[in-house]
Amino acid sequence: MNVNVEEKLFQNRYKVDHGRPHISIVDPSVCASECRTQQCTRVCPASCYKAEGNGNVSLITDGCLECGSCRIICDDFRNVEWEYPRGGYGILFKFG
Amino acid sequence: MEKFDCIVVGAGPSGNAAAYTLAKAGLSVLQIERGEYPGSKNVQGAILYSDALERIIPEFRDEAPLERHIIEQRMWVLDDDSYIGTHYRSDAFNQKPYNRYTILRAQFDKWFSEKVAQQGVLVICETTVTDLIMDGKRVVGVRTDREQGEVFADIVILADGVNSLLAKKAGFHPELNPGDVALAVKEILFLPQESVESRFNVNEGEGVVIEMIGKITQGMMGTGFLYTNQESITIGVGCMLSDFKKERIPPYLLLERMKNHPAIKPLIQGGEMKEYTAHLIPEGGLRAMPQICGDGWMIVGDSGMFVNAVHREGSNLAMTTGRLAAETVIDLKRAGKDFTSANLASYRSRLDDSFVMKDLAKYRDMPGVFHANPQFFTTYPELLNNAARTMLTVDGGDKKSKEREILRSFTRSRTLPGLLSDAYKMWRALR
Repeated sequence: MNVNVEEKLFQNRYKVDHGRPHISIVDPSVCASECRTQQCTRVCPASCYKAEGNGNVSLITDGCLECGSCRIICDDFRNVEWEYPRGGYGILFKFG
Repeated sequence: MEKFDCIVVGAGPSGNAAAYTLAKAGLSVLQIERGEYPGSKNVQGAILYSDALERIIPEFRDEAPLERHIIEQRMWVLDDDSYIGTHYRSDAFNQKPYNRYTILRAQFDKWFSEKVAQQGVLVICETTVTDLIMDGKRVVGVRTDREQGEVFADIVILADGVNSLLAKKAGFHPELNPGDVALAVKEILFLPQESVESRFNVNEGEGVVIEMIGKITQGMMGTGFLYTNQESITIGVGCMLSDFKKERIPPYLLLERMKNHPAIKPLIQGGEMKEYTAHLIPEGGLRAMPQICGDGWMIVGDSGMFVNAVHREGSNLAMTTGRLAAETVIDLKRAGKDFTSANLASYRSRLDDSFVMKDLAKYRDMPGVFHANPQFFTTYPELLNNAARTMLTVDGGDKKSKEREILRSFTRSRTLPGLLSDAYKMWRALR
């Protein structure tokens, strides 16, 4: 079964803080060379993390649902820097 | 320098309960919320249990945006293409005052926040609290992302939700363990009101809850749920984050498969999806609970791990902890006592006397037992469903042979000692 998560996220309302992502990968080389599992690329419910062909992990936070999963599952390397977006920015739930 | 009696961080159920109770007693309260409006960052199933809110706002039923009152609870144990379950429906649940309701949190929290503001709380939205301001070991205020955004108070109540970054930054508790939180994803599907009512066999205003365990979580420790709202259905599934990490199953894929289960699909057919959400639920229970108060600070709601995972209760624990924290503050202030760690310990004894700690203590072994025994989420659902199919298929076989076949299927997959030990484990964990 194939699921297009972007289509789901398209239904949501966001106020993106352009140029100021609230999550970042501390050291991308750790993802590429040390992390074998790259679970963030599978578990993020908004699929913000992508496994690139070259072994790198890319992160685009625009669709982030602010759940915090990526930060907590990166417990082997603590390689995710996670803050809340600035006040008023990020996901805006209509129904919650 | 602006100073309040109390600062409440967050405008979810726990923060709103605390702020409302404090202001009603005449304290000056500042409440800070990072969302555009209260509710815009908040996610829940969502079931509202009346009792916890009634103790704060007795007349809430006249004003709050409520979807449907629940008259029927279904518990389904699912195999890949079947379910076996129990339904409990009673007209007693149709008698006012109703015991619980489905709600939409973005709307409910906005209403609750208006009530909080009416009590005189200064509610500031679109403002993220970035740090606690310390004076030695004592919390004396908060720093926000606004210009000159430092504010001070005698006590800071952290109602900042499951991620609780502030308490972690301040060193009050460590990062959450993936085994202590569940990741849940859900969708809201809109349908005509008549479709909701005919599909679930209910009248206007009445609703149904379906809680599910079994193959829908693909071996992971978790549950699914389906709630009826006024003109929509909320459907979701949640599993322990540690299991998601291990199994590497995308949560939206899990949800999509669940929506296609032959028992679920007809119930949601034609629903228009208008929002997709994800949220962590702190399910570690009593054994994973952090320190809940210290010099100048208290923790309420999800940030304190106040969730009864077994009974799917959270918002009522949130409101109750918020109210009890506020009552602790009010009593100390009236007695002229300082908000030291020692004095705030009475918050803990109030919690101990309430259902909050009693329930969490009762189920303290539950998370561990389920973690260690995945058969409760895989093998048993399969066995139960097969047993029902064997018994209910009329194929010329005699009933005694069918019974023997079912018994054999149980002992073959779990062995007799295994079955007894599973029963004992469940009894121990639930008693």
